[in-house]
Amino acid sequence: MSVETFRIGFLPLVDAALPILAHELGFAAREGVAIELVRDMTWATVRDRLLYGHTDAAHMIAPLAIATALGRDRPAVPMAVPFVLGLNGNAVTFSVALARDVGLGDALGDPAVIGAALRDVAAARKAAGKPLRFGVVHRYSSHNYMLRYWLAGVGIRPDADVEIVVTSPPFAADALAAGEVDGICVGEPWNSIAVERGVGHIALATAQIWRRGVEKVLAMREAVIDERRDAVEALLRALHAAAAHFVEPGTAEESADILARPEYLGASRDAVLRAITDRIRLVPGSEPIHYPDFMFQYREAANFPWRSQAAWLYSQMLRWDRADYSAADAATAAAVFRPDVYRAALAGSGAPLPGASSKLEGGIGEPLGAGSTQGRLVLGSDRFFDGRAFDPDDIQGYLADFS
Amino acid sequence: MRIAIIDTSTTRAAIISDGLREAGLDDLVLIDPAGALVAQIEAAKPEVILVNLENPSRDLLEDFFAMSRALARPIAMFVDQSDTEATGAAIDAGVSAYVVDGLSKQRIKPVIDLAVRRFQAFSRLQRELDEAKNALAERTVIDRAKAILMKRRTIDEPAAYALLRGQAMRTNRRIAEIAEAIVTSDALLGDME
Repeated sequence: MSVETFRIGFLPLVDAALPILAHELGFAAREGVAIELVRDMTWATVRDRLLYGHTDAAHMIAPLAIATALGRDRPAVPMAVPFVLGLNGNAVTFSVALARDVGLGDALGDPAVIGAALRDVAAARKAAGKPLRFGVVHRYSSHNYMLRYWLAGVGIRPDADVEIVVTSPPFAADALAAGEVDGICVGEPWNSIAVERGVGHIALATAQIWRRGVEKVLAMREAVIDERRDAVEALLRALHAAAAHFVEPGTAEESADILARPEYLGASRDAVLRAITDRIRLVPGSEPIHYPDFMFQYREAANFPWRSQAAWLYSQMLRWDRADYSAADAATAAAVFRPDVYRAALAGSGAPLPGASSKLEGGIGEPLGAGSTQGRLVLGSDRFFDGRAFDPDDIQGYLADFS
Repeated sequence: MRIAIIDTSTTRAAIISDGLREAGLDDLVLIDPAGALVAQIEAAKPEVILVNLENPSRDLLEDFFAMSRALARPIAMFVDQSDTEATGAAIDAGVSAYVVDGLSKQRIKPVIDLAVRRFQAFSRLQRELDEAKNALAERTVIDRAKAILMKRRTIDEPAAYALLRGQAMRTNRRIAEIAEAIVTSDALLGDME
């Protein structure tokens, strides 16, 4: 049997872990596929290589895959997301000056309390003609949507009271250091690197904004799934095995060693290790604190592409682009996530497979048993910080509630 | 047709603009990648923007295009995405292009084709430069190895060179490799007589 190769594009971020480890630790080889990793510096380039067939799949911010399928800012290309590479794992980091002005402590605070203090600072800065400026990694990123969700939730209008600009993850700490932005919302290890350099203070983990927020996905052109279905399923099994290994106790050191290497993240091994063990150093020189599920890679079928999560991202796209709801677009967005492919790949493996493809997002407080066709599935809290829930069948009602 | 060029390599930007000028496209604006990108583009109002694929500012640029009032119409990479061969060649060469929507394919195609050829010419130049640098470094290390041999064995230069070459032939390695080994061991063991 010949070995099929998948060229996978990625950005130097901790949550590119699964394809990197699937390659390095032999999980791909065991499934009869090969992975070749292609490192880039911007999401635009990761996406372009994918669209034009330079790569077969990509580590990608989930909203960008959906925006591409919807033809936002460019001709539409049918996209497929058969696997989620992780939930959360991002943070909001303030400049040292803003942290002082907002009165950040040395523990993770309540998003509502920090938000209220931030609102006063934002108003003062706006009145002084120098509005606060935040950097996010892409217009179509979960970072942009999480930050906006939080700001709006505490009474700060993202497009009127502050400025939100785009900066590539590897340059986010630089932008903070140079004073180009007052805060960043970015993935690890770039928050920790800002803290290590003494230019930032972590204010919130994005998991505090949405406890189970969908983050990076494995994105492909839909055509690749159709043409290489068997190999794609083998690849998903390899990624799933890598995820299981990733959360095994005692593997973190080895994973950090691999990820920190120059050809992957080229970043501080200690910062990577902290991120994958859910420990974050909030303030320069302080002891890292433990925040459970800061980054979420495996449990609770975390890799399952819930269509309701794609629908939530579509709702945020409408909310912040001030676009009108379209039933056709909503259907296209939800269909980018492919639970059917995930189920086919992992059938018979013992991995829990949810019976449904969609759920109420933000509706679970205490751990809850969920219907599954295979394995036992318990879902943990998936609350939004403001307590709202998202019903994927009523996007318009959800959005109307915010205005 | 006004074309803006944004490139992290000023040499490559110069090579591209020379090529475009030769082809009669002389309404060019070179954007300084270290300066304020958005303000420069806003001032230039280009119809085509050529940017190197690995440019770290691409996400920022796309955000700007999406929100832009200066460039009123939406922007897409490559006018005709069905021409996969041309787009593939552009990606291979490392060029990406943003085109003001509505510009006809006939007008934009030659610009992209030319940019691709100039990017390739630049890569060739870069390769030749690297090779020349390597050759220069090799010559330096061979000279140093010869000097070490001359001093240690009190022989003349042709004899030192003959020693190097003889060892290289016997061990089936390049003279530069042998020379490097001598220089390294001299650095480590030089004061042991």
